[in-house]
Amino acid sequence: MVRDIPELRRIAKELRLDVLEMTTKAASGHPSSCFSAVEIMVALYFGGILSYNPRDPFWEGRDRFILSKGHAAPLLYAVLARAGFFPREQLWTLRTLHSPLQGHPVYRLLPGVEATTGSLGQGLSIGLGHALAGKMQGQSFRVYVLLGDGECQEGQVWEAAMAAAHFQVGNLTAIVDYNKFQETGPIAREMNLEPFRKKWEAFGWWVEEVDGHDLGALCEVLQQMKTARRAQPSVLIAHTVKGKGVSFVEQDFTFHGRALTEEQAKRAREEILCG
Amino acid sequence: MRIGERAGLKPGRPMRDVFGEALLAVCEKDPRVIVLDGDLGNSTKADLVRKRFPERFLNMGIAESNLVGVASGLSACGFIPFVVSFSSFLLCNAYDQIRLGVAMSRANVKLVGSHGGITLGKDGPTQMGIEDLALVGGLPTVTILVPCDRVSMHWAVQAAVERTGPVFIRSSRYAMPEVYEDGASFEVGKANVLREGKDLTIVACGLMVGCALDAWAMLREEGIEARVIDLHTIRPLDRDTLVQAARETGALVVAEEHLLHGGVGANVARIVAEEAPCPMRFVGLADVYPDSADADDLLREYGLTSEVLFGKCHEVLELKGRIVT
Repeated sequence: MVRDIPELRRIAKELRLDVLEMTTKAASGHPSSCFSAVEIMVALYFGGILSYNPRDPFWEGRDRFILSKGHAAPLLYAVLARAGFFPREQLWTLRTLHSPLQGHPVYRLLPGVEATTGSLGQGLSIGLGHALAGKMQGQSFRVYVLLGDGECQEGQVWEAAMAAAHFQVGNLTAIVDYNKFQETGPIAREMNLEPFRKKWEAFGWWVEEVDGHDLGALCEVLQQMKTARRAQPSVLIAHTVKGKGVSFVEQDFTFHGRALTEEQAKRAREEILCG
Repeated sequence: MRIGERAGLKPGRPMRDVFGEALLAVCEKDPRVIVLDGDLGNSTKADLVRKRFPERFLNMGIAESNLVGVASGLSACGFIPFVVSFSSFLLCNAYDQIRLGVAMSRANVKLVGSHGGITLGKDGPTQMGIEDLALVGGLPTVTILVPCDRVSMHWAVQAAVERTGPVFIRSSRYAMPEVYEDGASFEVGKANVLREGKDLTIVACGLMVGCALDAWAMLREEGIEARVIDLHTIRPLDRDTLVQAARETGALVVAEEHLLHGGVGANVARIVAEEAPCPMRFVGLADVYPDSADADDLLREYGLTSEVLFGKCHEVLELKGRIVT
């Protein structure tokens, strides 16, 4: 499949700008956790990996995407708006009264949102439920779950990992946004995940690693996982940079749970546009 | 004396056996029903389904958080998952998963908490579901059903299938007496008045319905007419029937096999206090973790008997008399 990588890069840039505007306007949210996952989401939604239909958002045969790291909700919303699930103007209602754009995604409020997430560790189990359903119903859809790295400290992730390998759900792909930081500091210092790859392998998963900002590489490996027809579930460890695209956010993990000020946002916008 | 004997009720079989049969019956009727087990199918009797429909029975292992998450995903694809485990393990281990993936998502998932209350007996307090109704009560969208016998268990399981959205059913290890005849009618959210009476009202759920009917028989010997209400639905609570009972009888006793703190009695009291305040008393567990022991010994030790209930009825009658005079 031929992909227009420059076009995907342009989309990534616009999504970063949307996330920046949404969270700055809401004066809250987790922009840096969104920025690390932008290219992953672009590859999935605009790089030919996911099958979806915004005019029939819950069509039975659709591929599923579950944002387990629910705090990256602004990115999910920006992606869904861009993909045509709802009007882009709705993005600016994030975190306001009566808006379906909750601080973290809530199922049934917005087309394209497949699960309620935000308390970490839960998305992979829900994805496994979809994957099992697909197998039992003889459907060919695939299920993608995006996990945070800090989230993998949750025991439930490994309950789900064990069960997914046990049931051999080859239609399930997990992607870990391995940006190396959790809320209070570097993962390696706060609660180390390594040897991370070996953990997944020991649980019986097919593991690949990728530069999570290299759109060409992301599309290629996700395409492989999509078409391989292996029996075992697959996980893509995407090495990313928290706050990617904005230098002063990249260098400061304390941006995890806070939006940029208007002044910072102005500088960030310039950096993203030039990047 | 066994529970229900004074009231002339026939002895029943263990509620978990009845539950297993009811679950099998809905599986036979509706192909969307699927059973998710937390490796306790032999204790909860969900394994009756495993024998008949092995492809519709998933043992998710000893991992309740994942169990509930998987159910949420399956329900989003059109299945009607029954998640079956011990009430304490399901609600205490997987509360957050139920909160987001089932309650907040309004998922069509049916949760069955087996071994509710203290009457699982000798396995002890670690396994007892004595706070389950308070916990599930903290989840706004979940319908809560507490059957008291074979007929009401069959109804509850069928009603859970028919009702779209999250439902919790409490099951038990105890052999509860037969309160209802086959064909008795039920409606979710509509309490059943089992005995009409004007002097006071006993509101009970689950095992305590049998005790309530025994107390009714004891009171009748004294010429006192008690109204007995089976509160089989804890949410939505039948406000009208409760308020009417408070107004017409002027005295209420609520009985449950559960902690008093955050239990059914507290919810009934809130409604009565708002609409028709009257003397009330409560039968349930004080702030305590019960011991491991024979179920009937435990019921006596912790005051969940028809005798204690009878005593509470006299307390409210006395209070009511004082208020009137």
